[in-house]
Amino acid sequence: MKTSRLWAWIVFALGALYFIIPLLATFEFSLRIRRDGYTFDAYASVFSDPKFHQTFGYSIVVGICTIVVGILVIVPAAYYVRLKMPALRPIIEFISLLPLIIPAIILVYGYIRLYSSSSWLPLTNSAMGTNILLTLGYVALAMPYMYRAVDTGLRTIDVQTLTEAASILGASQTTIILRVILPNIVVAVLSGAFLTLAIVIGEFTIASLLNRPAFGPYMQNIGANRAYEPAALAVISFLITWAAMGAIQLLARFAPKTAKP
Amino acid sequence: MAEANTLSDKALGPALAGPATASSGGPFAFLKSIEIGAVLGIAPFVIFAVMFLLLPTMFLIGAAFVGPDGSFTFQNILDLGTPQIVASFWISIRVSVASAVLGVLVGLFIALAVIRGRLPSSVRSAAFTFSGVASQFAGIPLAFAFLSTLGRLGLLTVLLKFVGIDIYRAGFNLLSFWGLTLTYLYFQIPLMILIIAPAIDGLKREWGEAASTLGASNWQFWRYVGLPVLWPNLLGTLSLLFANAFGAIATAYALTGSSLNIVPILLYAQIRGDVLHNPGLGAALALGMIVITALANIIYLVVRARAERWLK
Repeated sequence: MKTSRLWAWIVFALGALYFIIPLLATFEFSLRIRRDGYTFDAYASVFSDPKFHQTFGYSIVVGICTIVVGILVIVPAAYYVRLKMPALRPIIEFISLLPLIIPAIILVYGYIRLYSSSSWLPLTNSAMGTNILLTLGYVALAMPYMYRAVDTGLRTIDVQTLTEAASILGASQTTIILRVILPNIVVAVLSGAFLTLAIVIGEFTIASLLNRPAFGPYMQNIGANRAYEPAALAVISFLITWAAMGAIQLLARFAPKTAKP
Repeated sequence: MAEANTLSDKALGPALAGPATASSGGPFAFLKSIEIGAVLGIAPFVIFAVMFLLLPTMFLIGAAFVGPDGSFTFQNILDLGTPQIVASFWISIRVSVASAVLGVLVGLFIALAVIRGRLPSSVRSAAFTFSGVASQFAGIPLAFAFLSTLGRLGLLTVLLKFVGIDIYRAGFNLLSFWGLTLTYLYFQIPLMILIIAPAIDGLKREWGEAASTLGASNWQFWRYVGLPVLWPNLLGTLSLLFANAFGAIATAYALTGSSLNIVPILLYAQIRGDVLHNPGLGAALALGMIVITALANIIYLVVRARAERWLK
């Protein structure tokens, strides 16, 4: 069976080439800003741009708000569906997957038509209202990933026994969720959170159509006006995505398991 | 494990719970089992889903049937037949189908090579970690990466020219159907690898051994055992990748500006500046996108139901 192993190596190598060449090319391109040789000046130019700091900071803040709102919306729902209403499970799961089917541009178009100045809930009237709308849009985008992460976390712990034990000790429902369930699934929730952050930081469509000063529209603007800085931004984004995914892998090692095998 | 509990409860059902009739106290008995806390816990999720997923989508679907004067009309739907809009749907569908089909095929081969080709486990885990990163590396930065690679001044373009192959003179253009498809594959293939890996892991080694003991060739194993088992997963991923490409806009927008008029870019321009001069037509465009992604998923559900029927 030596041939099959050789075949596997060839397929793997071809795939690796397709994925590695663009990364190398992007890095090489980002160093080409001077004619007389490779320099990191494009990175210096990116990092010294105050707009880079503003938009990046803005996207991080929106990302953190998205994670908090996402946890508040998703964790109780996933917990009660698992504990009390398993019949609702397929419906809730289907809803949580809807954002994979409804494109972001459709969602934001709906938001603009539904929550504009003349509607019953005029969110787009003020900057704060639009920020809230952007955050809620990101919660929708992150929902398939966040729900799955939370549900996977709940599956590895014994929800039933933990809940019964806590309520026998006199804990209220809120206490059970906040101080018993959440700490037990914190690793799963965090991995969902990092994925959310990776999705939200460079998001373009919703931020751009809601006219928010986010990192995605900033990158698009740089791409339209500069030659070498975009490549530097791509390298930076790739490293951020890599860091977020690396954090998830690292977290997976600390996941608690109380479920019976 | 909650799931195991409910399963064992089901299995032991009558023995543990006694006769089913004893606990039923009228038609609304099931309401007793629903607690107020559980309802309050699920309420935020439901309210969120209605207000920020369902209602906006429904609203657009409704708006597609409203004329400029506010009356009910089919004119917006008929107006989708203009050459510009038909052309943009056609290029969008082509790019989405091509990148989904190629993504599924190439992703399947790479996943098979990594999982069943007995590559070292370090290669395997590196491949999956990288897939996790690359599947999320989309949008604007991906466009920059491919411009740096295959743009007119990109590294690969320059290197190939150096050895005598001028891809742009040969007719290649990054801002085209194939350029966009090649770019989309950068997130489609890893997504396929991530989704299909558990299914390939589920193909037991014993099945291969059993098949070869019975005299099956490698080809016969895949034709009669491997592919039929993976089939529902392959179709499901195909429709997911299709929807993924069909709704994507950021990469295409940063790559081509508006020179390649795929539907999401046309819709983006419409939302920004009413380029079609008719808000109803914009809603109809959105309706068209919803119908196409929904169709892709309905086809998948139907085929999966049939596949599962004979797998049982």
